[in-house]
Amino acid sequence: MGLLVALVWILARPPVAFPEQKSLKEEFQVLPGEVGRSGGRLVVSLRAEPKTLNPLIATDANSNEVIGAMHADLVHINRATQLTEPALAKSWKISRDGLQYTLVLRGGLKFSDGYPLDVDDVLFTFRVYLDERVHAPQRDLLIFDGKPITLRKVDSQTIVFQLPKPYGVGERMFDGWAILPKHLLEKPYEEGKIGQLGTLSTAANQWAGLGPFRLKEYVAGQRLVLERNPYYWKTDAKGNRLPYLDELVFLFVPSADAQVLRFQSGETDLISRLSAENFSVLSREQNNHRMVDAGPGLEYHFLFLNLNDPGEKTPADLLQKQKWFRDVKFRQAVSVAIDREAIVRLVYQGRGSALWGLVTPGDRRWRDEKLPHPARSLERSRALLKEAGFSWTTASNGESTLIDSTSKPVEFSIITKSSNADLTKMTALIQDDLKQLGMRVQVVPLESRSLLDRVTQTREYDAGVLGIASFDADPNSDINVWLSSGGLHLWNPSQTHPATPWEAEIDRLFNAQMYTRTFEERKKLYDQMQEILWDHQPMIFLASPDILTGARKAVGNFHPAVLEPYVLWNVEQLYLRNAAVSASR
Amino acid sequence: MKGKRVISNWIVLLALHAIVILAGFFAPYDPTEQDRKNPYLPPMRIHFVDDQGHFHARPFVYELQLREGSYDQYQENAARALPLQFFVQGEHYRLLGFVPSHWHLFGAKNERIYLLGSDSYGRDQLSRFLYGGQVSLFAGLLGAGITLFLGLGVGALAGFYGGWRDDLLMRLAEFFLALPWLYLLLALRAFLPLAVSPLQAFFLIIAVLGAVGWARPARLVRGVVLSAKQRDFVRAARGFGATGGYLLRRHILPEASSVLLTQAAILVPQFVLAEMTLSFLGLGVPEPVPSWGNLLSSLQQYSVLVSYWWMYLPALMIVPFFLGYLGLGAGCSSTESRTR
Repeated sequence: MGLLVALVWILARPPVAFPEQKSLKEEFQVLPGEVGRSGGRLVVSLRAEPKTLNPLIATDANSNEVIGAMHADLVHINRATQLTEPALAKSWKISRDGLQYTLVLRGGLKFSDGYPLDVDDVLFTFRVYLDERVHAPQRDLLIFDGKPITLRKVDSQTIVFQLPKPYGVGERMFDGWAILPKHLLEKPYEEGKIGQLGTLSTAANQWAGLGPFRLKEYVAGQRLVLERNPYYWKTDAKGNRLPYLDELVFLFVPSADAQVLRFQSGETDLISRLSAENFSVLSREQNNHRMVDAGPGLEYHFLFLNLNDPGEKTPADLLQKQKWFRDVKFRQAVSVAIDREAIVRLVYQGRGSALWGLVTPGDRRWRDEKLPHPARSLERSRALLKEAGFSWTTASNGESTLIDSTSKPVEFSIITKSSNADLTKMTALIQDDLKQLGMRVQVVPLESRSLLDRVTQTREYDAGVLGIASFDADPNSDINVWLSSGGLHLWNPSQTHPATPWEAEIDRLFNAQMYTRTFEERKKLYDQMQEILWDHQPMIFLASPDILTGARKAVGNFHPAVLEPYVLWNVEQLYLRNAAVSASR
Repeated sequence: MKGKRVISNWIVLLALHAIVILAGFFAPYDPTEQDRKNPYLPPMRIHFVDDQGHFHARPFVYELQLREGSYDQYQENAARALPLQFFVQGEHYRLLGFVPSHWHLFGAKNERIYLLGSDSYGRDQLSRFLYGGQVSLFAGLLGAGITLFLGLGVGALAGFYGGWRDDLLMRLAEFFLALPWLYLLLALRAFLPLAVSPLQAFFLIIAVLGAVGWARPARLVRGVVLSAKQRDFVRAARGFGATGGYLLRRHILPEASSVLLTQAAILVPQFVLAEMTLSFLGLGVPEPVPSWGNLLSSLQQYSVLVSYWWMYLPALMIVPFFLGYLGLGAGCSSTESRTR
């Protein structure tokens, strides 16, 4: 880690002269770093089968992991440096008013089926992403104040993106938009069937991308096999065309523990998303593998209380509880009573950090240094509760119970994901922390689909403990969480109007930073937003785990990053030191 | 000889149950109290001889500390010996649920000691085992009681009256035998409110287990009643004009008592196991209340399975309870066959 990837260009004549010429000289991107050896197959495990191979509709992490290996974007965020670097576009220019982005495509690019790429594919791609009928989940990112971004072709290699408003994120916004093959998708798109494409059983010759690998074989319930894309546009420092690997195999291994066992037995070559406990099990004997703590990631865990607007269907006891939850002093009291250090120590075995705001230590640039980090204090918490009109009664058995101004005992339940042992453990610690305030809290582990259904649809729950992993260090990646209209605005999702003045202020600050051009200005606005969140505690931030990964010693160029995909971000550079061994497996 | 074995079995079982019932006294700590500085502490070894070879009449343990450069491996700190104190004052509890007390069988001054190690929250495993036994054994006894009561009633009715009542009740019994009770419980749980208090969860489990399990003892009782009905002394009593209720009470059901006792001895451990299965699956008594199933459920995690051997100990400690019950069952059935 810490290896900065600098980029070298093979200079080529600007391809303006013959726009119709299809066989331009190939302009490779040359990657520095260790030169590996070709061949072999790399096996990794996925928690579940990807739902789709179609970048237009993919939302789950497994799909995105596979899609990431098969597709490429115009400008890419280097997961190690967290900075942008050229990808399909070899260069870009931003006009002085910040409204025009001129991108020049690399020459000689070909899709993985050998078909050449030109600007029309890019135009097609964004037309589809912007089409409301396609329901691409990322679509909102291309809409600025209700107006969409527009594209204009200059010549066969040059394209202009016209923004309705200056956009603070700059060229980072091009990351993650997989460029699609027009020659394969145009017809289904016009027939309105593009959303049904990309099932796992798609024939390999019907699917193409610009990523390092292409589809080879799918065995239902077992594995998805990708093979080397022979037309890939990157080379190593010696000019060998990447990727090194012949095959990339995704095994479907349903549980975290089963993944550990497969890795331990050498069936898989890489492992990520490890819990601290499994990481320490694997670290104990490191004969065949190397375990790497990549440091604090972008995942944040938090407790949130149900602040939804009461509807007709809201049960009476939830209304009662919401009276407590709406009191900001109550939320502050809960926050200050939580022993975050214990969470880091007991849940993450020290491989994580306590959190007081939404920006994790993994995201150095955006952290608000002014945010207070008060130590746990039950006295402070009791004082806040007293101010809010709560008091205590002592039962005959010596247990003191917190009661509100109408003498109702404070009792509520916290739902959390049953599949995630870290979350349930965290919740059990909070339960014990709050017991010391006289609150009776129950932990209810739920299966993740019914949990999300409760939080975003029926909204019948008291409180929840969940985690979110941002996909980029830029704040805009969590737009869905912070805007009051967002679907993941968990404490009160998808509002038509901000329910409270402070949520309106967060909306304003978030939108303002989005359209502000300099980092310093944006940071100032974002800091303000973090402070409002701190004051009002709609989400009580708990802790952020380190990104824990491992690889077999035979895997070269293994440099895990704290941005997703943690271990596969440089999959084109990964190689097997002893290809013969892996071939015989 | 056999009788003696049954008696000694009884004594062992009663002693074990007494320890569990008086968990507050025998357990050194509150089972839900977290000692966050000491998660996954291995069991402390009891010593009589210190590292200089001196013998001490009072047993002691050494404080555990993290091994240099490790975050989960402990070693004994020979400089800090903690002598075991007996009959110490400690946390308050209520014996049998109503006698307030703060006396504990043993403990150590100013320090917590872990004879069976601690779990992921630093809770004392020994205390959790003892208190957990209250939940699990009570679930077993109550569940077996409900089952036998229902089984006796249904079996006696079916066997004694026969005819269509017999057919109806026995078909019903077969239906219950075929019922997948685990799914039944899952379905029941889905109908209940989100958060169920530990007490509610406990009674739900027992009610379901008891209600579903009556079919087997009912068939046994029916068989006994059927054969007893044909005995000469029963026929004679009937000839003298005894009513059905009198016959059942006075002549027939006493015949079934030894069968029931044997059944009880077999059913109790079965129900304890059922409670453990449910808690293991997260359907049982919710955390932080301990039960034997909850104690073992952490073993679902691979990391716990391979790293912390003392988390298996509860499984081992359940064995004497089960042997006691099963030995009792075996003893009962052999005395029964001898008296016949």
